[in-house]
Amino acid sequence: MTAVEDRPGIESPAPAREVGQARRRKEDARLITGRTTWTDNLVLPGMLHLAVVRSPVAHAKISAIDVSAAQQAPGVIAVFTGRDFADEQGSIPCAWPVTPDMVNPGHPSLAVDEVNHVGEAVAVIVARSKAAAADAVELVDVDYDSLPVVLDMEEALGDQPVLTHDHLQSNESFHFVFDGGENGVADDTDRAFADAEVVVSRRFVQQRLIPAFMEPRAVAVQPQGDNYTMWSSTQVPHILRLMLAMVTGVPEHKLRVIAPDVGGGFGGKLQVTPEEVIALLVARRLGKPVKWAESRSESLMSAHHGRDQVQYIDIAADREGNVKGLRCRILADMGAYLRLVSPGVPILGAFMFNGIYKFPAYRFECRGVFTNKTPTDAYRGAGRPEATFAVERIMDELAVELDVDPLELRRKNWIKAEEFPFTTCAGMTYDSGDYDAATEQALQLIGYDELRAEQRRRRESNDPVQLGIGFSTFTEMCGLAPSRVLGSLSYGAGGWEHASIRMLPTGKVEVVTGSSAHGQGHETAWSQLVADRLGVPFEDVEVLHGDTSIAPRGLDTYGSRSLVVGGVAVVNAADKVVAKARTVAAHMLEANEDDLEFAGGKFSVRGTPGSEVGIQEIALATFAAHDFPEGVEPSIDADATYDPENFSFPHGTHICAMEVDTETGFVKIRKYACVDDVGTIVNPLIVEGQVHGGLAQGIAQALYEEAVYDADGNLTTGTFVDYLVPSAADLPHFDTGNTVHAAPGNPIGAKGVGEAGCIASTPAVVNAALDAVRHLGVRDIRMPLTPERVWRALHDGGDGGGRATAGSNAYGGAQTETTAGVSTPQSALGGDR
Amino acid sequence: MTRIDVRVDGVSYQDEVEPRTLLVHHLREQLGKVGTVVGCDTSNCGACTVHLDGQAVKSCTVLAVQADGCEVTTIEGIADGATLHPVQRAFHEMHGLQCGFCTPGMIMASIDLLQENPDPSDTEVREGIEGNLCRCTGYQNIVRAVQHAAAEMRGDQGAPGDGPAEAESATDSAAAPHVAVQA
Repeated sequence: MTAVEDRPGIESPAPAREVGQARRRKEDARLITGRTTWTDNLVLPGMLHLAVVRSPVAHAKISAIDVSAAQQAPGVIAVFTGRDFADEQGSIPCAWPVTPDMVNPGHPSLAVDEVNHVGEAVAVIVARSKAAAADAVELVDVDYDSLPVVLDMEEALGDQPVLTHDHLQSNESFHFVFDGGENGVADDTDRAFADAEVVVSRRFVQQRLIPAFMEPRAVAVQPQGDNYTMWSSTQVPHILRLMLAMVTGVPEHKLRVIAPDVGGGFGGKLQVTPEEVIALLVARRLGKPVKWAESRSESLMSAHHGRDQVQYIDIAADREGNVKGLRCRILADMGAYLRLVSPGVPILGAFMFNGIYKFPAYRFECRGVFTNKTPTDAYRGAGRPEATFAVERIMDELAVELDVDPLELRRKNWIKAEEFPFTTCAGMTYDSGDYDAATEQALQLIGYDELRAEQRRRRESNDPVQLGIGFSTFTEMCGLAPSRVLGSLSYGAGGWEHASIRMLPTGKVEVVTGSSAHGQGHETAWSQLVADRLGVPFEDVEVLHGDTSIAPRGLDTYGSRSLVVGGVAVVNAADKVVAKARTVAAHMLEANEDDLEFAGGKFSVRGTPGSEVGIQEIALATFAAHDFPEGVEPSIDADATYDPENFSFPHGTHICAMEVDTETGFVKIRKYACVDDVGTIVNPLIVEGQVHGGLAQGIAQALYEEAVYDADGNLTTGTFVDYLVPSAADLPHFDTGNTVHAAPGNPIGAKGVGEAGCIASTPAVVNAALDAVRHLGVRDIRMPLTPERVWRALHDGGDGGGRATAGSNAYGGAQTETTAGVSTPQSALGGDR
Repeated sequence: MTRIDVRVDGVSYQDEVEPRTLLVHHLREQLGKVGTVVGCDTSNCGACTVHLDGQAVKSCTVLAVQADGCEVTTIEGIADGATLHPVQRAFHEMHGLQCGFCTPGMIMASIDLLQENPDPSDTEVREGIEGNLCRCTGYQNIVRAVQHAAAEMRGDQGAPGDGPAEAESATDSAAAPHVAVQA
């Protein structure tokens, strides 16, 4: 890994500084020895176990539920149905009404009269053991009067469609429009397209994915009088506490939520789940501690899914390759219900479809669609991978149309280093970066010229294994989010983050953060930040998080926000500690505050050698408070809440070299190189790890993963046998690098890294596969690029078709070319139907 | 109920179990060995990997009664007192874990792999741990960790103590520059 530091004022990591060091993680000690606190490890005295009865049908009226047999089963304490909780369960909250007239059907945690997707919870068993609860699930007899299902978004929006919810008028939840022209940040889109010399239109399918965090979800609730403590495998203990209070009526101050060790989330645990609500209601009803822990198949079926869009993308350009306009019409599958931020996910993309390019005109439209499937919500990148895929794919399509090099086309149109800060056609102000520098470094890293030479040789010799090279030159918006921006988008909360620092008498430091790590390494990175800021040893810092009693204020971890927002709150709190300690130091040193210097954890009097006092000594003096300055409170602890002014915009160039076996359809990544600019790097080890993990998930979308439903709405990829989370043998070695352009306006200079790899990699992989076989007549291949699909695209034409049976989104044959008013020639082709 | 006698991490346990009880549930629920976790229900993820008489098994595919009379080693039993197993140390050194949920199984599978192949190539490590899924790391640092541990266990130069940078150059040059930052 190398760093290009080409702007003055960027500090290079000096040995004395913690920031920039590849500190091994503090978190690891308990994780590598099995001394962990996963929620499902928890055993409480008298604890009862929950098992959820789930709907086996995608759409039906519940005409009767007979729980008597289950009630009689050995060890069963109680059985509850939706009707038992109908008056107190409220609705799973949706915090993001993206339009004023957005339709929200309401989402009971336990279905009462109707089920709308397979896996929906209809009853809960409470038993003395997990096995007894699971056994009794089989004994609940539910009468379902089946109703027709709608699974395909385009059918759902067609004439007289089957309705996902009988009580609604249509399957449309919202129709959101962002028009750069109307917003005064871009030209008129219609005019741009009318005047354009070249227009390329494509239909892309973003298949449905499943976050598939390794730790299945679990929740435990302990009632103590009228107080409740909930442990949950959640990314968002603070949001969960607030929402549970609003939904169930348990007062917020009577509810404590703890996220202990949490085994990954990737957006999949950014939720207020039916099971969390049910566990709280059962604990309240019975006055007993309860625990629920899901199985993997339960998780894949009922935890929220991600992606699932159909994208109609039009790009306008002149013959010289200058882009003139971009028009995006998106259908976003909400599934059967709106969950916490379901509608907001595609809307985050509204500001990203333009990517790093200078489109003079831009228009984005998105229709949120209900179907009888598991609800969708955040999954790593949340709206931005979808947008990045579309723009990076359509740039390649335009390059083909114009017969120019795809990288040259990008270069011609991307924002130049000297143009930052740059206000885009979507109204975003990109902060800093250098797309040329990152690209140059990535080209060297992958050995671009040699790969192109090999590609030529293979083409000339008609090698059965062809080689392709694909690019993705991406940016994303991180650091969710400036509260006023969220307000303008009608989001139900702010985007600030909180921290407090407690200076203990022995000089040790407790850092309380509102971020809620679940694998990101906050305990290590925050310790590095504070060690530098306070001048104390890394080892003397303890980071506390994930418990609303210990860290009472916070907005948790998602959207690459923890370091960019939460880290700044930590730094600001540390600066306040130093400011308060300065007053005490002045008193102790009998000097004027203005004459004090603070460095390396010590205050010294300027020009008076030997006269100094350390901040850790000041902590003890503050604890004793025997001799404290008059009128000053005996505390140097401090709080800070930070609300960012702007998003941050990390960027990078990802290059994939892909082998495609034209005889078998097997694709194999030969090389993958990427250079990311995530701003200042606090811990290169953690940054690299985040990039690797993101790459794995982005590549998995391109090559392996897809949630498939059959025509009746059954999830046919409901286990890890069918839902293909890649193993070590399925993924390549990654060559990663960084350029560093500090985020201006951010005291750390960090831009966010959690989602970068996942956002950037998918289109690079697909572009590479297409580059390998385009000369053979292939124009598109549907994700994931299974050998069968690739083979069909090569031998039958078309995009390889869907894996699912008719009637679901993955099915290629049902699409109508005119649904979004765009002619898509390739959509009429190919695949098994 | 069936009576079984299993030695787990050096301690003998006699218990009555239901015949259908899986070894992993016995370990977690009856013995409190919650360091071993359950990640799936189809034996795909490997999170529950332990050693049964020295060989790696997915403890969700073994009935507790099948372990009767056997020696089970879990993630909680591989350190020698306060001294971590070389594979545990290597996962820490090489950042081979993030959320850590797959880590116990991944470490147990890796130890088994190194018993069979003390000097595995990148490909051999990847194929050797194919039965263990990780969602966080993208596996590259796990591969590094396994090779790093292999070098130490073989007593090669480049083992910890000679400095991580040298160890890296023996295994994976891409990791070296930043890993070397910390002495």
